[in-house]
Parts: sequence; structure tokens; C-alpha cells
Amino acid sequence: MERSPFRWLLPAAVLALVVIAWELVVRLNQLPPYILPSPVLVAQTLVKDRAVLFQSLLVTLNTTVMALAFAVLGGVGLALVFASARIIEFSLFPIAVILQVTPIIAIAPLMLIYLSTDTAVLVCAWIVAFFPVLANTTLGLKSIDPNLRDLFRLSGASGWQTLVQLKLPSALPYFLGGLRIAGGLALIGAVVGEIAAGSAGQGSGLAFRIVESAYRLNIPRLFASLLLISFAGILIYGVLSLVSWLALRRWHESELGGA
Amino acid sequence: MTPPADEILSTTGAPLLALRGVGKRFANAVTALDGLDMEVRQGEFLSLLGPSGCGKSTALRLIAGLSEPTAGRIDWNGADAPRRAGGAGASGAGAISFVFQEPTLMPWANVFANVHLPLRLSGVSRREAEPAILEALEMVGLSAFREAYPRELSGGMKMRVSIARALVTKPRLLLMDEPFAALDEITRFKLNNDLLQLWRQLGCTIVFVTHSVFESVFLSSRILVFRARPGRVFAEVSIDPAQPRDDAFRTSPEYAGLCRQTSTALARAMDAGAG
Repeated sequence: MERSPFRWLLPAAVLALVVIAWELVVRLNQLPPYILPSPVLVAQTLVKDRAVLFQSLLVTLNTTVMALAFAVLGGVGLALVFASARIIEFSLFPIAVILQVTPIIAIAPLMLIYLSTDTAVLVCAWIVAFFPVLANTTLGLKSIDPNLRDLFRLSGASGWQTLVQLKLPSALPYFLGGLRIAGGLALIGAVVGEIAAGSAGQGSGLAFRIVESAYRLNIPRLFASLLLISFAGILIYGVLSLVSWLALRRWHESELGGA
Repeated sequence: MTPPADEILSTTGAPLLALRGVGKRFANAVTALDGLDMEVRQGEFLSLLGPSGCGKSTALRLIAGLSEPTAGRIDWNGADAPRRAGGAGASGAGAISFVFQEPTLMPWANVFANVHLPLRLSGVSRREAEPAILEALEMVGLSAFREAYPRELSGGMKMRVSIARALVTKPRLLLMDEPFAALDEITRFKLNNDLLQLWRQLGCTIVFVTHSVFESVFLSSRILVFRARPGRVFAEVSIDPAQPRDDAFRTSPEYAGLCRQTSTALARAMDAGAG
């Protein structure tokens, strides 16, 4: 079954059927495009408005990737601090949790008051992406084989050697799992930030195009933007899965038989 | 391969280290050892045998310097004092090696890199270490698997890698904590034979923790039977180190007699610890 062409043929066929059914529903019921545009019309809009839409896609992707990069820097950095000093973990962890559990949509308007639009969107995306990286990396740094730790002690390993050759490789699968979650969340954070900015009439990302299209009842363009956001999400997930596979395929159970 | 008996005897006997009145009480108020007196002699194959909870593994960790006794002291014979855990007071690399019950390999590194680890941590580069690594892999019969990852190996092969890693530093003292307990009997017999051959070849001292009477009699030149509550040495069984240890020995009346003697001592130790 792993190698069978049905593995990708069947899901592709199901997807095609859904699109055909959608087209038929629109045609047979003669639904106007401002209620439900047909897939063909959405595709045409995608091509027609490509200049503005792809510009917006780049803006959203750029925000997401930047937020993810900062989440990795902050999350891994703070996890290392947490792992080395319990007292700092005790002190700071509640703040990280508060940031995580407060819905980002509720924080976004505040950010827009204090920060420029671009920065506010970036901060929104960063806040939601930060936590899974922090939580997973912290978990990974605590999940070190105690015998391997003893072995390093017995061999007289320095703190730096233990970090680079034991702690970081041990935490890698956990970190990569967190990164995959963070990738999806960073996109959601960026979209939420853009929608909040969009309702204030500012912005240039894909989510702003959605708000703008909705105000103008340009539903085909709304769908086209939505399609591109999905595409951005799939792209991010795919790239992060590839990174994870490349890093773990030789040794970690999670990636065995994965390709 | 096997040196003459008198040669082995001549290298055995002088104490390498001694535990004097050693006690170990953990933070959770469990007393693992109390008033433990024992000696490890140069070149011997010493087994620590006992029921679980008798503190034999704890004694091994104390010898390794992985934890500190809460009472008593460990005397090392002069210059044989090993580097202490943490790297302070190093007296030459690899005075002590430790083999754990699990293979304890780094899953992200291949066999070669795993065996390299102890040397790498003491600053020996890959190229400098290569002859020693290949020699250690040769000794455990894994030369063909240097590029393999741990997950690609069987349980017995992983344990061989673990032993190769312990041997790569040419240790004077090899500490083994129930290394074959998780393996099937066929693999265990094979590794028992190989370990004895390595011991004779290398002339190092081995302290071997086990809960198997048969394994301890087959391998050891001396067995210390531990009791629990308080954890300390209960009885001692000596076995002529000149005795060839092969499959003929495993089925001989001498072996059966020694097993009976050791089993009796173990049963009495367990009675004593049960009270």
C-alpha cells in the first residue's frame, strides 16, 4: 500500500470530484457569483488578479516566515535557559502560558494601537508560533536518556559538549514537531493580524484582500485569496515536513518508512 | 589466545580499590547500602550477585564516581585513581568504562560515531581515533557495521557496540551493570564467551553486576553475593581463574557444583534480607 499509486491517486480523485460537484451545483442552480462563484470563475479571477494577489501572497508568506524564524530563535533560546535554570522556568513560564491561552484575535487590536501595521501583524504571528517551539523544545531538553547523560559525565564532557552533542540532538525530534505546529499557527497569526488590520482599512496581505473583497462583494476574488492562503499553509507544512524528514530519516521512529 | 594460568594468577591479587564501610542513603530516605566492605583486585573478573534492591548497581555507580557514598570511603590503590566524574583530576583518559543495562547508544549517530564518543569527548579527533575505533569494532565482530545506525541493529549487536565503546578507551577497569539481562539466552551465551575472551586478551579488571547465578559462575574469578536490608556483601565464592570457560565447562559437574554452592549462598542471602 505504501508504494501503490492508489496512495495519491485516490485522494486526488476525491478532490477532483468535490470540485466537479461544486461546479455542477453552481451551474445547475444558476447561482450568482456573489453568492457562490464556480471553481472555473475562481481560477479565472486568480489569473486575472494575479499581480495584486501574488503580491499579497508574498507579503503573508514573508510575515509568516519571519514570525517563524523569530519563534525559533526565541523559543529555542528560552527553552535552553529554562533547561539550565529551573528558577527562571518557574518565573517565566506563566507569562508564556498567558500569551498562549489569550486568543490572538483579542490581542491584535491592541497591537495595532501600539505598533505599525506590519510590525503588529508580525508580532501576532510570532506570539502564536512561539509557544509550541518553546514547549516542545523544553520537553525535548528534559527527555534526555539518563544513562547517556551519565556516560557523558563519566567521559568528562564539558557543558558545551553535553549541550551540542547530547542535549540538542536529543531535543531535535521534539523541536521539529513543535516547528511543524508553529508553522501552521504562524500563518493563522498572520491572517488574524491582517484581518484586524484590514478592518482598520490598512494592510496588504492575503487576509486583507479577503476583508477588502468581502466589503466590495467581490466573492470570486475572496475565494481566490482563500485558495492562496490554503496554498501558503500547504507550502509551509510541506517545507517543514521535508526539513523534519531530512533531519530524522536515518534514526528517528517518527520518520521511518515515511518516504 | 588464552595465556597460561600462572600468568593470569600473577596479574590477579593486588587490590585495585577497596570500599570501606560504604553506605548510600538516597534523598528519598531509601538506604541502598550500609556498611559495605569489598575489594576489587587487579585483573580479576568480579561478579556482584544478588536479589534486586540489594544495592549492587548502586555499588557499581559509586565505584564509577557517578554518585557519592553518604558514609565510608573508597580507597584507590595509588596511581590507579580514575578521573572523577565531571572531569576534575583526570589521570589519563578512560581509566574507567561503564556498560549499562541498555545499550545506551546515541540514536542519531552511526556505530562508528557512537564508539568514537568517549575519545571525542576527551578531544581525540576522528582521524586520530580511527585505528582505536576500528580495533574496538573488530574485537566485538562489528567491523562491517561501522556505518549502520543503532535502530538497524539487533539487541545483541547494539550491546556489542556498547561494549566496543567501553573498550575504545582501553580502560583499566570495566564496570558492567547487568549488560546482558535484556538479551535472549542464545545471544547471552555468545556474548558471555566473547566477553571472557576480551577479558583475557585485554587483561583489564571487570566488575560485573548480574542477577543470574549461572552467568556469574560461568564468567567470574570471584563472586560477591549481596544481601538486602542492609545492602552489603553476604558471601564470597572463588573460582579458579585458570579453569577454561567453554561449552564443556558449562555442562561439567564442577560448573553444576559451583552453581549449587552459589545458589545456596544467594538463597541464604535472600532469607537474611527478607527479615
